[in-house]
Amino acid sequence: MAQTNRLALGGDIDRTKPVNFTFNGHHMQGYAGDTLASALIANGVRIVGRSFKYHRPRGIMAAGTEEANALVQLETGARTLANQQATRVELYEGLSATSINCWPSPDFDLMSINSWFHRLMPAGFYYKTFMWPVSGWKYYEHIIRRAAGLGKSPVEPDPDQYDHMHVHCDVLVVGGGASGISAALAAGRTGARVILVDESKDFGGQLLNEQYTINNKSASRWIEDALAELSTMEDVTVLKRTTAFGYYDHNYAGLLETRTDILTDGGDKTRQRLWHVRTKRCVLATGALERPLIFSDNDRPGVMLASAVRTYIQRYGVKPGNKAVIFTNNDDAYRTALALKEAAVKVAAIIDTRPVPDGELPTQAIAAGIEIIDNATITGVNGGRGVKSVEVMSLNAAADGVMGVARTILCDLVASSGGWNPVIHLHSHSGGKAKFDQARGIFIASETLQASECIGAANGDFLLGDCLNEGFRAGKEAASKAGFKKASRRKIPIAEHIVEHPLRLIWALPSTKSIGERGKHFLDLQHDVTAADVQLAAREGYASVEHTKRYTTLGMATDQGKTGNIPGMAVLAQALGVDNPGDVGTTTFRPPYTPVTLGAFAGRNVGVLTDPVRMTPMHHWHELAACKWEDVGQWKRPWYYPKQGESMQDAVNRECLAARNAVGILDASTLGKIDIQGPDAAEFLNRIYTNAWSKLAIGKCRYGLMLKEDGMIFDDGVTTRLGENHYLMTTTTSNAASVLGWLEEWLQTEWPDLKVYCNSVTEAWATLSICGPNARALLSEFTDDIDLTPDALPFMGMKEGTVGGIPARVFRISFTGECSFEINVPASYGLALWTQLMVAGEKYGITPYGTETMHVLRAEKGYIIVGQETDGTVMPQDLGMDWILSKKKDFIGRRSFTRPDSQRTERKKLVGLLPVNPNDILEEGGQVVAEKGDHRPIPMIGHVTSSYYSANLGRSFALAMISNGTERIGDRVYVPMDGKTITCEVTAPIFFDSEGTRLHG
Amino acid sequence: MVDAYLRQSPLAHLHLAARATTSNALPDAGVVLAEIPYLSQFVLRGNADNQAFTAGIKKALKLPLPISPCTSSVDKTGHSHILWMGPDEWLIVGPSDDQAHINSSISTAFRNQHFSLVNVSESRTLIRLSGTQAQNLLEKGCSIDLHPSAFSPGSVVNTHLSHAHITLHRLNSIQQPTYDLYVHRSFAEYLWSWLEDAAREYGLDNRSK
Repeated sequence: MAQTNRLALGGDIDRTKPVNFTFNGHHMQGYAGDTLASALIANGVRIVGRSFKYHRPRGIMAAGTEEANALVQLETGARTLANQQATRVELYEGLSATSINCWPSPDFDLMSINSWFHRLMPAGFYYKTFMWPVSGWKYYEHIIRRAAGLGKSPVEPDPDQYDHMHVHCDVLVVGGGASGISAALAAGRTGARVILVDESKDFGGQLLNEQYTINNKSASRWIEDALAELSTMEDVTVLKRTTAFGYYDHNYAGLLETRTDILTDGGDKTRQRLWHVRTKRCVLATGALERPLIFSDNDRPGVMLASAVRTYIQRYGVKPGNKAVIFTNNDDAYRTALALKEAAVKVAAIIDTRPVPDGELPTQAIAAGIEIIDNATITGVNGGRGVKSVEVMSLNAAADGVMGVARTILCDLVASSGGWNPVIHLHSHSGGKAKFDQARGIFIASETLQASECIGAANGDFLLGDCLNEGFRAGKEAASKAGFKKASRRKIPIAEHIVEHPLRLIWALPSTKSIGERGKHFLDLQHDVTAADVQLAAREGYASVEHTKRYTTLGMATDQGKTGNIPGMAVLAQALGVDNPGDVGTTTFRPPYTPVTLGAFAGRNVGVLTDPVRMTPMHHWHELAACKWEDVGQWKRPWYYPKQGESMQDAVNRECLAARNAVGILDASTLGKIDIQGPDAAEFLNRIYTNAWSKLAIGKCRYGLMLKEDGMIFDDGVTTRLGENHYLMTTTTSNAASVLGWLEEWLQTEWPDLKVYCNSVTEAWATLSICGPNARALLSEFTDDIDLTPDALPFMGMKEGTVGGIPARVFRISFTGECSFEINVPASYGLALWTQLMVAGEKYGITPYGTETMHVLRAEKGYIIVGQETDGTVMPQDLGMDWILSKKKDFIGRRSFTRPDSQRTERKKLVGLLPVNPNDILEEGGQVVAEKGDHRPIPMIGHVTSSYYSANLGRSFALAMISNGTERIGDRVYVPMDGKTITCEVTAPIFFDSEGTRLHG
Repeated sequence: MVDAYLRQSPLAHLHLAARATTSNALPDAGVVLAEIPYLSQFVLRGNADNQAFTAGIKKALKLPLPISPCTSSVDKTGHSHILWMGPDEWLIVGPSDDQAHINSSISTAFRNQHFSLVNVSESRTLIRLSGTQAQNLLEKGCSIDLHPSAFSPGSVVNTHLSHAHITLHRLNSIQQPTYDLYVHRSFAEYLWSWLEDAAREYGLDNRSK
């Protein structure tokens, strides 16, 4: 296919650089500098897709972010991108795009049968039809989505890379048109840190589509000079192809920068970058978007925005048609007529809804020999697959009907303009309000919650001179407010502009029949919402624009109603008999302004970088030993170490037996360690823990239980007195940080008088725990300065010395019930000591064990795990731990013991459970019931908290929290599990060495 | 004295020294990284309003205690620092063989003073970052304002770099911006991987010794 619609001259494209691409499988060629949309127009493509609901043929209608029709599926496979606006896709070699929402092709679409049944598919059709029966939606949805859906998401992982950047600046200027550039220059010259962004590949905004002069030179030259000057400023960052997609509280903005096109292998460069910008001031120079006129069958391929037609001619050197009709309510669209004329495209007529268009631009058009039909409207567009002609009639006096004789004008292009809407999206994102300017039919930004201001076209100041002026002032002012007051002698850029006459607002233009009776007046092209739909919603009682939006889906498509929202709102106001459309309100704009790939939000937080893996000093030994890991917070802890061919149960059985019969070794480095110092440290511990600490001797350890104010268990651990005013507290692995925070909170807010300092030393020490009958013999080979005999180092004692020549603290504390030594060495020696213990321990049968074995061994002894036996509703008394509650002092949580709930007699208590069949293993979390049977409901009396098979006991066992549990010891209870009910005997929660002989051995 | 070969830095597993780039092999690399393990590090807690305390520290370490938030002090050699960590908290950093000296000089400096000194030399390792792209690299994962006007030489903050907590210290003795990243040892391997990944587009010169 040749570039039949390419103009011989003009446009910011490089005719010496052809670019090959395919559209729906057809090979085509465009030029470097084209967008996909301009290249498609060059190749004479009129139908680019089908509409969402009625599957009507649709063509390109805009040239930028406001495009509602020309959505394509870009590329295939893992790199495919859905719903890409052809107007925003820069053409690149090898690009492949297909139409969406049509099957088998946009030219022949089977689903277009829907448009025959449009009377059956009014507003709210899906709500009304498929919500009965209520449960039916999940079936209907599947089919409807397939028929109506837009593009397809990739199913493979995204091969591209994205990253983030966090920056701060004094002035963020969003929008690189005349206003934005002017603002950036003024701000930059003060020395302020400035970031200037524009979504497009070229700076200039609307200047790129017009032929203006600024400071007596061409606008393009002015832009070039401005960018050159900005590039010399050290603290100015200029980002093109970057969209400010969201603006949030505290002057925080999100930008999406596209760094390479989709097929280019960026190498080490990420494809897109998400910028987090924190700015002191924000200048929103986001411009304006043209809105279409709403007339019958205004969706035909060939009906375009007038400014877009101009853009294609001026910027891309393509003509969107051969014979145009301009349809307008304002002066600006006359520029399109003049541009077409200059590009030698026939202009059949300008149809102006205004009675006497007599501004300077209309005068120029008349001088150029273009026919103007005033006080008129298009009543119909002929040509289902592309405009063939329009019918034109005069408006009646009230402009709610037409009169006279219809005139048919042959044409293949309708350039329509209903005025310009300031882009106040970002202003609105961050809580800014808007007021409706009734004369011009636009929303203007009013109060803002941020340090921001809308300027230029974004503020309704459409004339070039005003934009430059405002930009200059706003840039300077923003910098000054951010503290940069350096004066510059440079002057405000000067441009001449043509003063335009006011537009005439007629929101839905009448036809020969009432709206909805002849053709369709489309408001939202992407979601196929018509003026008739909005009128129906109003008749059905919808008065709020927010509700109407959700009912009709107006403005809910990927373009978020950039062209249709305001006409839609005005039609609603009219239908409700409200004079000022501003009174029905506008919907809130929400981020993102344009779609953002999820990959960009993820950034580099993918794969191994998703979340840190915290490693102990012995981590890589465990890895080489091929352990299975358990995640504990961000830590990886060895779960068990299976040997070749071993099942998990086999491995755990072997580890459990070794720890009780030979020697086991556990990496306990992850346990939290807090160094506590100060003259009031003992008093502090008295208040934090439930038991008494004043009499703990130096070199002795004590188990402590920490409660929250509600009396419920928060954490537990062993604390050792290292010196007169010096303690070392240990916490559970997962609570290490929150316990430190808890201690600091009490010290800083409640007890600032206590002289205590707490510091985390978790990471400073490697902790190697060895236990079992051979533990002492093994350790004695490693130390000659620590007496390990039970008398010298009894249970709950601590000694400092050396182990393997390494300075160490050895604690006689035990979580297994065996004679156990916890060796703390400086972290960087942990791996060396571990390796040496493994070598020397071989003759003693040393066996590394993981968290699973640790859990089994401690459960055999009835030791609780905070977070397993407890769940935030468990008091010490519930666990039979009354012995740890001091009656002589106050401590956090004590008062709550007197609450009625704390004193309920039927509270759940910790007990043991022995399944009658010793091979039945209960499910943790299983509900315990008092009686067997399948009558429902069975009262649930408790739940299983821990359940294992014990190799040492030769049977299964469990711990459970059961109502009145202590009094049920000896009773039978039942645990219904999937498929069977397991009968258990209630026992005391200890199963092994209840006298503690081994512990003290 | 313990045999040094028994010691494993948090990044030892990555064999950074063996993989280090030879001198000037990467003249264009925008990022220069090196692990500097085993520095002496102590957390000092005390009352900054107490003249005796601040003066005592200055006398003991020959370094003033930085009292202004997010600042640091450095000695003439450039190897010893005190970093402000909070209103009553500082990190004392010195060469690896300085542990005993720091410990004894402070412990003996005061009588009847409420303060605490905790040896945390083993808790963190140090990754030193420099190169023309150093600030850009940090900005990929750190939301602190690192512009020289906001984060001048000598500045210190506790912050996050991606998902790892770091103490970030901009050295003040060197012309080109150089940053010291103190990272807890359990996060060190994650952080190094993150840095390597983030540095890809700039080129990485690994100068670990």
